[in-house]
Amino acid sequence: MTLVCVDNVHKAFGDLEVLKGINLSVAQGEVVAIIGRSGSGKSTLLRCLNQLEKHDSGQITIADKKLDAASMSPKELSENVGMVFQSFNLFPHKTVGENVCLAPIVVRGEGKADVEKIAHEVLEKVGLSDKYDAYPAQLSGGQQQRVAIARALAMRPKVMLCDEVTSALDPELVGEVLRVLETLAAEGMTLILVTHEMSFARDVADRVVFMHEGRIHEEGAPGELFAAPQTAELKQFISAVL
Amino acid sequence: MIEFTFWDILRNLLLATRWTILLSLIAFVGGATVGLLLTFMRLSSNRWLQRLTSLYVDLFQGTPLLMQLFLIFFGAAAMGHQISAWLAASIALTLFTSAFLCDIWRGCLEAVAKGQWHASQVLGMNYFQTMRHVILPQALRLSIPPTVGFSVQVIKGTALASIIGFVELTKAGTMLNNATFEPFTIFALVALLYFALCYPLSCYARYLEKKLYDAGLR
Ligand SMILES: Nc1ncnc2c1ncn2[C@@H]1O[C@H](COP(=O)(O)OP(=O)(O)O)[C@@H](O)[C@H]1O
Ligand SMILES: [Mg+2]
Repeated sequence: MTLVCVDNVHKAFGDLEVLKGINLSVAQGEVVAIIGRSGSGKSTLLRCLNQLEKHDSGQITIADKKLDAASMSPKELSENVGMVFQSFNLFPHKTVGENVCLAPIVVRGEGKADVEKIAHEVLEKVGLSDKYDAYPAQLSGGQQQRVAIARALAMRPKVMLCDEVTSALDPELVGEVLRVLETLAAEGMTLILVTHEMSFARDVADRVVFMHEGRIHEEGAPGELFAAPQTAELKQFISAVL
Repeated sequence: MIEFTFWDILRNLLLATRWTILLSLIAFVGGATVGLLLTFMRLSSNRWLQRLTSLYVDLFQGTPLLMQLFLIFFGAAAMGHQISAWLAASIALTLFTSAFLCDIWRGCLEAVAKGQWHASQVLGMNYFQTMRHVILPQALRLSIPPTVGFSVQVIKGTALASIIGFVELTKAGTMLNNATFEPFTIFALVALLYFALCYPLSCYARYLEKKLYDAGLR
């Protein structure tokens, strides 16, 4: 079943055409890794998927529902699409538990007790149940990013977007975050992740999408794509990052 | 001529200090109220409100406080309303303070990382929810040190009210000097009294700044 459908999406910043007609469909439970050079439009594509950027033309649907301000409220959008950022973006003035509980209480209007129960569950899932009352500043980068994942999970989104979620981390902390994502993938969460971790893309993704100059240049199963790239650009990219 | 002992001088200066403190409080409370209003006007999506607020802030930041005092005091008189030095000083200092506080607070709101807006939006929060739960609490913490720091400027600014005849600490010093001709003693005492008011505030601002830093918010 197709969960996310991107149909001929264009996006420009002034004269700079960043997305030049993106077509992508992601099935329920699928894990899609987006790779490509810096500036190729990967982040912009993710940001269009949760409307942090409004796309200029084309159509994006999630669970057959058009994703634009007219057809989907911000609340509904947040219940469909979750996002984890490279820079964590935790709320520094709130504890871990409050970070996770805020949106379900404020946006979904759920009861405090129910939300706290969910918060404990999602924090358990990311291995941080003992940090409920800690402040973000007291945690390592890897722990903060896991809290950010838990915070996104607490909204129970249908699809999670991850934009280079390990790029800001010290190398020794990357593994703990990737393991959490791997668990989510194994549990059937639909994931679209921009990543520079090629081994992770190869091992965990069902499909790898290579973006180049605002277009999807090549895509396929990771085994085939990495073993036998069809285009010169992908060959060059792979030899540069591996 | 009346003889003034050192203790007479000190007593008179201390009595006048009450008016410096009161004028400072009026300026600060009034300035904070108007400043808060201005900050929200500045944040509104209405272009004209934004521009008007910017102009106001630039005007009061770009002219000497003394001229503002004169304009209000003598301007009111010229328009046929004789207002007291008290009222003129209160109005001028309130407007002056509000312009600076508006600028300080706007800076604090903008200093909250952009990523906080993005994270809130992605979690489905609207503008007001984001402001209330995410941006304002952080901006408030950021704003306390510079706000307390600015209160020192307000206290020192009240000295200018002496020029239009308001008897606060500086004016009292001048009057005592005219009677005793002991300028060094008197103005040293006046300076010391200002220092006693301002120094604790400066220390407190520095302490708050350090606390913020330790909390990882900077
Ligand atoms: N808000 C923006 N305004 C102007 N240009 C932007 C903006 N966001 C991204 N860009 C530009 O769009 C291009 C693609 O950016 P991005 O999607 O972040 O690429 P990637 O994530 O693949 O590195 C870059 O050239 C970048 O400078
Ligand atoms: Mg990017």
